[in-house]
Amino acid sequence: MNTIAANPGDFHDDTHDADHKPGFFARWFMSTNHKDIGTLYLIFAIFAGIIGGGISGMMRVELAQPGVQYLGQWATWLSGTEATWDQALHMWNVLITAHGLIMVFFMVMPAIIGGFGNWFVPIMIGAPDMAFPRMNNVSFWLTFVAFIMLLGSTFVPGGTGLGAGTGWTVYAPLSTSGSVGPAVDMAIFSLHLAGAASILGAVNFITTILNMRAPGMTLHKMPLFVWSVLVTAFLLLLALPVLAAAITMLLVDRNFGGAFFDAAAGGDPVLYQHLFWFFGHPEVYIMILPAFGIVSQIVATFSRKPVFGYLGMAYAMVAIGVVGFVVWAHHMFTVGMSVEMKMYFTAATMVIAVPTGIKIFSWIATMWGGSVSFKVPMVWALGFIFMFTVGGVTGVVLANGGIDDNLHDTYYVVAHFHYVLSLGAVFGLFAGFYYWFPKMSGRHMSELLGHLHFWIFFIGVNVMFFPMHFLGNQGMPRRYPDYTAAYAYWNEIASIGYMIMAVGVLIFFINLAYAYLAGRKAEGNYWGEGATTLEWTLTSPPPFHQFEELPVVK
Amino acid sequence: MKLLNKFILAFSMALMPIAAQAQDANPAEAASDAVAAGVPAADTAPVVADAAADGEAEAALPEYTQVDVTTADVVGRPEAGGIDFQEQYTDNGIYAKWINNAILLPIIIVISLFVLGLIGWVIVRYNRKANPQASKTTHNTTIEVIWTLVPVLILLGIAYPSLDLLARQFKPAPEGAVTVKATGYQWYWTYTYPDHGGFEIVSNMLKEEKDAGEGERFRTDADGPDLMAVDNRMVVPVGVPIRLQTTAADVIHSFAVPSLWYKLDAVPGRLNEKALTIKKPGVYFGQCSELCGARHGYMPIAIEALPPAQFANWVKAKGGKMPAEIKAEQAAAAAKAKADAASAAAAAASEGVDAGAGNDAAAEPGEVDASDKAGVQDAPAVQ
Repeated sequence: MNTIAANPGDFHDDTHDADHKPGFFARWFMSTNHKDIGTLYLIFAIFAGIIGGGISGMMRVELAQPGVQYLGQWATWLSGTEATWDQALHMWNVLITAHGLIMVFFMVMPAIIGGFGNWFVPIMIGAPDMAFPRMNNVSFWLTFVAFIMLLGSTFVPGGTGLGAGTGWTVYAPLSTSGSVGPAVDMAIFSLHLAGAASILGAVNFITTILNMRAPGMTLHKMPLFVWSVLVTAFLLLLALPVLAAAITMLLVDRNFGGAFFDAAAGGDPVLYQHLFWFFGHPEVYIMILPAFGIVSQIVATFSRKPVFGYLGMAYAMVAIGVVGFVVWAHHMFTVGMSVEMKMYFTAATMVIAVPTGIKIFSWIATMWGGSVSFKVPMVWALGFIFMFTVGGVTGVVLANGGIDDNLHDTYYVVAHFHYVLSLGAVFGLFAGFYYWFPKMSGRHMSELLGHLHFWIFFIGVNVMFFPMHFLGNQGMPRRYPDYTAAYAYWNEIASIGYMIMAVGVLIFFINLAYAYLAGRKAEGNYWGEGATTLEWTLTSPPPFHQFEELPVVK
Repeated sequence: MKLLNKFILAFSMALMPIAAQAQDANPAEAASDAVAAGVPAADTAPVVADAAADGEAEAALPEYTQVDVTTADVVGRPEAGGIDFQEQYTDNGIYAKWINNAILLPIIIVISLFVLGLIGWVIVRYNRKANPQASKTTHNTTIEVIWTLVPVLILLGIAYPSLDLLARQFKPAPEGAVTVKATGYQWYWTYTYPDHGGFEIVSNMLKEEKDAGEGERFRTDADGPDLMAVDNRMVVPVGVPIRLQTTAADVIHSFAVPSLWYKLDAVPGRLNEKALTIKKPGVYFGQCSELCGARHGYMPIAIEALPPAQFANWVKAKGGKMPAEIKAEQAAAAAKAKADAASAAAAAASEGVDAGAGNDAAAEPGEVDASDKAGVQDAPAVQ
């Protein structure tokens, strides 16, 4: 007979207190603590970001001048045998696919939801931990395995060469009959695992936020970051199963004689695109909404003012989330749809500009009349607001189905989504990192290096991505390893922009090292007066278990 | 379509006064565009083209030679370091470019600068030194309503021309338009001309001199820019509506020509269609615009727009026939079949066989004969 303790605490050692930590392996490999899991997610995302960013470096180096310079060499290294011309070109498709999937599923999402969401949602609502701590652990390790799976797919045959070369959208029939070999299957399984991880995470966040708020923390008193994660979690919960279905159908078509997307057997490749973008469009809000939340916290803190129009801000995110589900086909304007459909998706897409505008103007109104200090996180937040505006307005251009007939699948689109993601979501990530790093680690980063990082990165990404609008206007298609001489000028400049940006990222890592080696110790509320959310009532870093006595929110 | 027009009209009423002006301008604009282009009204164009072709084809034009890009008046291609859209050579393209450059671009630039200006003002006026004590304002219903409604109005202003553009782009090709079917393969295009005997052109990218094999044709500047020039162009008549259809044989491709504001996916199992009327003779370059595998970047598109008479000449050179010619042949064949049937019937009658059955039997070979001729024209596919 097993002895069952009447009180689980009986088996703990006597030194049990709020800061009692398990041993190394139990703490980091079997973690159930939301802060540790958040840390794991952040470390993971940084590594994935280095790989994804390194791949974009390979792409910019290849595109720096006309002609195919390096792809053959890389493909040869990968396979160990002299690469043919087609294998070299396939290498390009593997790079664009990996860059897209890594940055979306293994960098931005893990960092912004898994990292900051795990760390600060429970603290901000006054909860001791997430609702399902062990499921939280499962989410992280599924994401980790998914990433290994995706990296592994690069080393197995994917049709013309090694690796999956379908683009991150995995369109059929290029991903079915067009890519023979296990690479695409592995990439699909990777997405399945990452998707399952995200669904579990979403369930966890929704349960936590709806059930574990401290006394007095009504929904309408929740910090906007928590609101953003709540909306994001619902988007994940509703969108990811559709992706899972779509890629499962791909698997069936690939391996079990299915014909969902095979026109010759009565299927339709366009069905896949509808399913994918029904997930894919909410996915872009999944990446940007938490960044909205972070920016809201930061702007309020450094303006020493509460967020302007709090309810409008919260429900603008809800509106973006809801409308985000009914605009998907603007990603497929050239697929050959009816004029009614194209008009509907044009009009519906434009509607999203309204709640987005509310957010931009409310941030500015929050600063208006404030006493603003321009510390590093605030500078990143300001950069976010402006760059997201630029990316947003080009989105309004692309929303016009008739205009998109020319711009679709050109570098204009590449410029647009990098402005909202690489200059939007990533700026939000850096803003959040500089804002919360001392809280998480107990150490300050260098203000000077932080500002330097911002300016160099800001210049770099703009030099890299702004000329892509011009290339797109001139008609340069996306996903091309090579281009005609006329496109050489702006491509070279874009590649210079990458190098500038890379210097900025290097400074970030130097700053990180500085913080651990020589950073000042951080007190509980190091931002002072404007920082009013619950994480600032705790020490830096917070105790291993916080809020053993629940805070009461007035 | 009627419903659509009503919708647009209703929309424009709601959008006074901008829309009212636009509404006034539209019919006139469309009419003057057609005149300015020297294009006959769309419905009669193919007939005119055919007539011209029939008349002039006799006058022994010089044998077809590919238009030299270095001397052509109009070449639709990207320009080095260019930042704007390519020059447009279709009415819809000119209208779309105008919408972007005259409406969308100014609006988005003003909005971006407005936001930048506000941020700048905050930095100057509300920094901690200039404003040590933060205000306590957290709400202002009036301003919140304003920044909700003003964007709504701006978007309505954008939506009017945008939906109008869509309506124009979706105008189906008129009866008798020249049909061309573009089929995407990994990694080249073929162009079929079903109205002209159904012959097919296979269009591959031209290699550079250094990459071409022994005796293989390589690109020269007369063919077009590198990575965009092809061995056999898709040739169409200028000023005549073209019913351009796209489909694909293996994976999804996309038929895109930026200077014609044209992009339509080529999807296996689907036949997409969008009308196109090119205003000026010239060569227009484009590239495949949907990821289709390894050589996605190496299956360009080149359209050569020729005056109708020269187009007829080209059709002839490719072994095809003009629709009028085919019609005349079919009529002749039908007449012959009728005559044959009549004589057969007469013979049958004299032999005492049932006249009805004989009639059917005699008519069929005649029909088969006509379609056979069309089928034969498929053969000389130019590689």
